[in-house]
Amino acid sequence: MLRHTPFHSRTAPLCEGQNWRRWAGYLAAGSYELTHEREYWAIRNAAALLDVTPLYKYVVQGPDAARVLNHIMTRDIAKCAVGQVMYTPWCDDDGKVLDDGTVHRRAEDLFFVTSADPNYLWFCENAQGMRVTIEDVSDATAALSLQGPNSRKILNRLAAGILDGLGYFRTTPMQLRELPTVISRTGYTGDLGYEIWTENQYAEPLWDALMQAGEDYGITPMGILALDVARIEAGLILIETDYTSARRARIEGQKSSPYEINLGWTVNLDKGNFIGKRALAQHKKRGSDWQFVGLDVDWVALENVYAQEGLHPAVAGPAWRQSTPVYADDKWVGYGSSGCWSPILKKYIVLAHIQAPYNEIGTNLNLEVTVEHKRKQAAATVVKTPFYDPARKKK
Amino acid sequence: MKNNFDAIIIGAGLNGLTTAAYLAKAGHRVLVLEARQALGGTAVTEELAPGVLCDTLVGNLTGFDPRIARELGLSGVEFIGADPSVHALQPDGAGLTLWRDVGKTAEGLRPFSARDADKWGAFVERVARVSGFMEALYAATPPRPNEVKSESLWTLGSLGLKLRGLGKTDLYEALRMLPIAIADWMDEWFENETLKGVLAAGGVTALMQGPLATGTTLNFMHRQVYGGGVIRPTRYVRGGIGKLADALANVVRARGGEIRQGERVVRITLKDDMATGVVLQNGEELAARRIGSSADPHTTFLDLVGAYELDAEFVRAVRTIKYRGANVKLNFLLDGLPTFHNTDPSLLRGTIAVNPTVTALERAYDDAKYGSVSENPYLEFTIPTLADSSRAPEGKHVMSAWLQYAPYTLKTGDWRPETERVREKALGILSRYAPGIESRVLESQVLTPCDLQETYHLREGCLTQGAVMLDQFFFMRPVPGWAQYQTPIANLYLCGGGAHPGGGVAGAAGRNAAREMGKG
Repeated sequence: MLRHTPFHSRTAPLCEGQNWRRWAGYLAAGSYELTHEREYWAIRNAAALLDVTPLYKYVVQGPDAARVLNHIMTRDIAKCAVGQVMYTPWCDDDGKVLDDGTVHRRAEDLFFVTSADPNYLWFCENAQGMRVTIEDVSDATAALSLQGPNSRKILNRLAAGILDGLGYFRTTPMQLRELPTVISRTGYTGDLGYEIWTENQYAEPLWDALMQAGEDYGITPMGILALDVARIEAGLILIETDYTSARRARIEGQKSSPYEINLGWTVNLDKGNFIGKRALAQHKKRGSDWQFVGLDVDWVALENVYAQEGLHPAVAGPAWRQSTPVYADDKWVGYGSSGCWSPILKKYIVLAHIQAPYNEIGTNLNLEVTVEHKRKQAAATVVKTPFYDPARKKK
Repeated sequence: MKNNFDAIIIGAGLNGLTTAAYLAKAGHRVLVLEARQALGGTAVTEELAPGVLCDTLVGNLTGFDPRIARELGLSGVEFIGADPSVHALQPDGAGLTLWRDVGKTAEGLRPFSARDADKWGAFVERVARVSGFMEALYAATPPRPNEVKSESLWTLGSLGLKLRGLGKTDLYEALRMLPIAIADWMDEWFENETLKGVLAAGGVTALMQGPLATGTTLNFMHRQVYGGGVIRPTRYVRGGIGKLADALANVVRARGGEIRQGERVVRITLKDDMATGVVLQNGEELAARRIGSSADPHTTFLDLVGAYELDAEFVRAVRTIKYRGANVKLNFLLDGLPTFHNTDPSLLRGTIAVNPTVTALERAYDDAKYGSVSENPYLEFTIPTLADSSRAPEGKHVMSAWLQYAPYTLKTGDWRPETERVREKALGILSRYAPGIESRVLESQVLTPCDLQETYHLREGCLTQGAVMLDQFFFMRPVPGWAQYQTPIANLYLCGGGAHPGGGVAGAAGRNAAREMGKG
């Protein structure tokens, strides 16, 4: 039985298409309308409101909290200032990624951690003997993501303070009307946006307040289909789609080190020991065959491939998530793991795992495209991610 | 840091001293650091009263690889192989005796069971052959199963077999036999309940398991290795088992090694994942090229190194090592030799088992399984002064008893109020066989599993630094993947009973570890 989030009384009547998806055991709206397009445009042009309660959430507290998290995460959590948020993956002993999420330092010895998969046991196991308590607050914490250029204005209407000063990847406690919340300037869209964390009891009034305050700013409830397009444009990796957690991988080859999925920047080999450090030092020395890159698919080539069958390119709609072969000439060199038509860029974009030496920026490759049951190839170029990176994201 | 040593050995138990002695003999500059004042670890002799020597914990050196004495040239150590090795007291007064001599034992068994008497010789032969195979195994560094060619395990086995003229049948028999519950294995051989009981008690020695548990035959055989073919051997060291530690220490010192007593190591220092030295409780730092720890794996890795420095899976494996001490040790000074059912004192020179039966052992275990001291515990004791009069003034005797089962973790949570109760319980049981024994007690010492941990650094009161169980045996000891005495920290080695082949086989782990530490 899939569970309802504390916002369900609000989201359910809005979900016209009954397009529900599963997310971590919860019912999550895929799109509220029959297609996700208007919700997508709200992210880029107005403000979109997404229920992100299904994220796993933990509170790590105590004198050794920073030390414990620093031992688990690849980034140097000791450097995370109070009020700062760090995005980081975490690995197993072999330096293979288990999960990724955000670490919010709410006080010197108090952290809030989000993740895609359950991690309670993993965190506890690696905190034994340390002066720390770890609490799974997943079910007790309601969370909304408000994304888009108008998001700050909407929050400022409700906030007891002004959010203009809250920098990118910073967090602060903030009363919204009478509701106690913690706001972090984070999201999964590559746009200006915030995530709002509160206790379940405040969920419904929080939703109502935001919808009311956002009315003038075009606030639109958003499902996860629109989010998916936005996060691909932002070049953000998705667990179980773009990489397989080392917990779930059935063979070694399915696991990834951070260096292979464009997260090498999160690995700090200069800090003290952390889980996977020894292996990661080796990975780094060895270099990785695989890189996680962007592919910009050539539109004319795509048109031609479809034209061969008398069709026009059928690429609109939700993002795809199935492994799609990529070739250099006729040699298989990797695979796309998610892709979509980017409405704002007017481009067909793909996030892909490509082997060296074909993962250099500017390399010309071919993406397999199936048209009328026939496998064809369309030219694509390796490009830098994010595909879309508006200045307002960090401003 | 000062004093650069080739090797620092943590702990001066028999294994730590053995490693130190081998390394010193090979020309290494060795320092041994022992937290206690006394040497020997579990094999320690202390004064129970002025002029009275008592093997505080282990007094029966069942297994000792004779090569250690030979290779190191130990002197001043005289072993006394007690005969009989075991005498089992029975409530009806008819004691059952296991002698060193096979024929004599068989004849003694005849009144109990002619069938068992007939089978005794074959049983002794089987035990000798399988323990011969195990001796080869115990002197070897276990292979890494995932790294060696498929035949290697068998090659290793056949090496031992060849050396001892054993065949494949013996190997198969060993593999069949070791996982069996000792109770079942006894049923395969014998019918007399007391005989089965006295042997089954050997299968649960120092183990928090009943005789119906699988793998208890392994524990029985563990105690037969280097036992010289004697079933359930009882072997004393003249003047106390501590003499063996003294002899090993003399080798270390004679070869230029240093032994510091009362120096507790609190940390192993690391640099770039390599052990560089140790820090003592007083803050002193000492550097060495190699560190050998004969502390248990938990202490070594989680306390001295720290989980922070180690891989998560390794830490998990170390944390889940089963220790689970099962015994209380009771030492008594008696003002004379008690009479047990008119038993001839000459029968009391070895181990005396109090009415052992498989059922009673399993029942005793049942209580402990749920966190209580056995309502009717099993008692096994020795009176070493009968075999070695040098230990106490004339007329006085030391009686040294193991009471089983006594779990480290009591459901009441507190051992202190139990201590006196356990003493009374033990004397109560003994007085059924030797009425009035309480009045002969001049001194008594009761060591609970908590005392064993606190005073003698035996984790959870476990005498073997990890229970001797199939899943903690050979290439799975201390944890799978790390049975080669090396550790994930370069230059740090395990040389105690936590490593293969485990505690209870004096010096075997220490000798193997010295070989690995001396490499490269």
